[in-house]
Amino acid sequence: MTSNGKPKFAMYWAASCGGCEIAVLNIHEKILDVDANFEVAFWPVAMDAKYKDVEAMPDESILLTLFNGAIRNDENAHLAHLLRRKSKILVAFGSCACEGCIPALANLSPLSELFDTYYATISTDNPDGIRPQPRWEVPEGELRIPKLYPVVRTLDQVVPVDYYMPGCPPESHQIGAVIDLVVQVLQGKAELPPLGTVIGAGGSTVCDECKRTRNVKHISKIDRIQNVKLDPEVCILEQGVMCAGPATRNGCDARCPTAGSPCIGCYGPADGVVDYGARLMTAIASVIDSKNPQEIEAVLDGIPDPAGMFYRFNLAGSLLRASKAAWESK
Amino acid sequence: MSEQFEPVIIGFTCNWCSYRAADLAGTARIKYPANVRLIRLMCSGRLDPTFVLKALSSGADGVLITGCHPGECHYLEQNYKALRRYLLLKRVLAQFGIEPGRVKLVWASAAEGVKLAEEITKMVEEVRSMGPLEWPTSMNGSIHGFTTPEEMVLQEATS
Repeated sequence: MTSNGKPKFAMYWAASCGGCEIAVLNIHEKILDVDANFEVAFWPVAMDAKYKDVEAMPDESILLTLFNGAIRNDENAHLAHLLRRKSKILVAFGSCACEGCIPALANLSPLSELFDTYYATISTDNPDGIRPQPRWEVPEGELRIPKLYPVVRTLDQVVPVDYYMPGCPPESHQIGAVIDLVVQVLQGKAELPPLGTVIGAGGSTVCDECKRTRNVKHISKIDRIQNVKLDPEVCILEQGVMCAGPATRNGCDARCPTAGSPCIGCYGPADGVVDYGARLMTAIASVIDSKNPQEIEAVLDGIPDPAGMFYRFNLAGSLLRASKAAWESK
Repeated sequence: MSEQFEPVIIGFTCNWCSYRAADLAGTARIKYPANVRLIRLMCSGRLDPTFVLKALSSGADGVLITGCHPGECHYLEQNYKALRRYLLLKRVLAQFGIEPGRVKLVWASAAEGVKLAEEITKMVEEVRSMGPLEWPTSMNGSIHGFTTPEEMVLQEATS
């Protein structure tokens, strides 16, 4: 408790794009409930704060921390440990913290390849071949930047996590509902769910919420969406465009398929799914309408980057987590 | 290392064909290497790619998937599903840098004890020549060449 009697709230971004913060602000006037019930102790996007101020706080003095972003470098890891220590409730907020999301796609490549792409391709003006160094001496002292890890990790691969809130970003109405719940808990009108629960989402799949008509699925060709004139009423997968609905957790009201775009899987694995990509592979392979290996291969050629497709949001949270080259890179 | 590397291979068999082929190999006293650990499924169509990934990420050096010959599935056509999943999974595993020979699909009828034993022997030798997979997630927490959480805590720079 602070001097004004309100419990403390923190939000931090590690390896992320900032979309989660926008989604939080997108809850409109509910943000006033956050302000009415919490004191914002640490939220780099919204207000100025120094890491040393957080370090000076007593342990477990922050009631609720929403941690978004994957663990990409030693600064991310440091803040994950720090906020775990200072927080009573630590929520992995958004796809990056829950399962790695887009930053974790880097896990398919070794660090050297990433640096080459950034600093040594033909479109980069870098005649001296300068590469960033984690430490650098200048007359005024030593400069430091965070050191990249070869493998991006999820928050719970680094520190214990209390709750998971998936989505890229989590839908604002779901955030609003979670805030309502937390406020009710503070007022003693509700109980917190069991630790480890996925909050702000359903347990079933996007297909379950999708309003499109499903007939018997048989795919004889997989194509990109721009090459197919989609029927607005019929299942997208059935029309030969990759849709991640069968493996993806619901909670988004199937927004993408409703808007005419396939589900890309941002809500992560549905309940009971151990490996998201494997579940999606199972689903897609089942509906390919062929018994002939050559024909099957031809259909699969319609997926130019299978690992990127099946693990777009889930690479760090998958069973293999990273490619051999990434694991072995220094 | 003078000792010969003994790979661990997880073999998935179907109840109706390949498990019986393995059984037949046993009763006929046909020898095959003990490196393969057979797990019986009711059908190769039950094989979720998760099983393969779980095996590889938990320390197996290879995975052998077996089932009834095409057209002979006890459940009509589930082995075609296994085939399609296998072909798709192979593409994904290639992107993860896992050698293609580490995951194999073999058809074996209940009468093909000799064939199954030969395929197992062949695969064990192939995987042996590739060496251990040692996927880092199987290293019991101490992932080699990878920073542990304790080492990751950075001393705060005074601002």
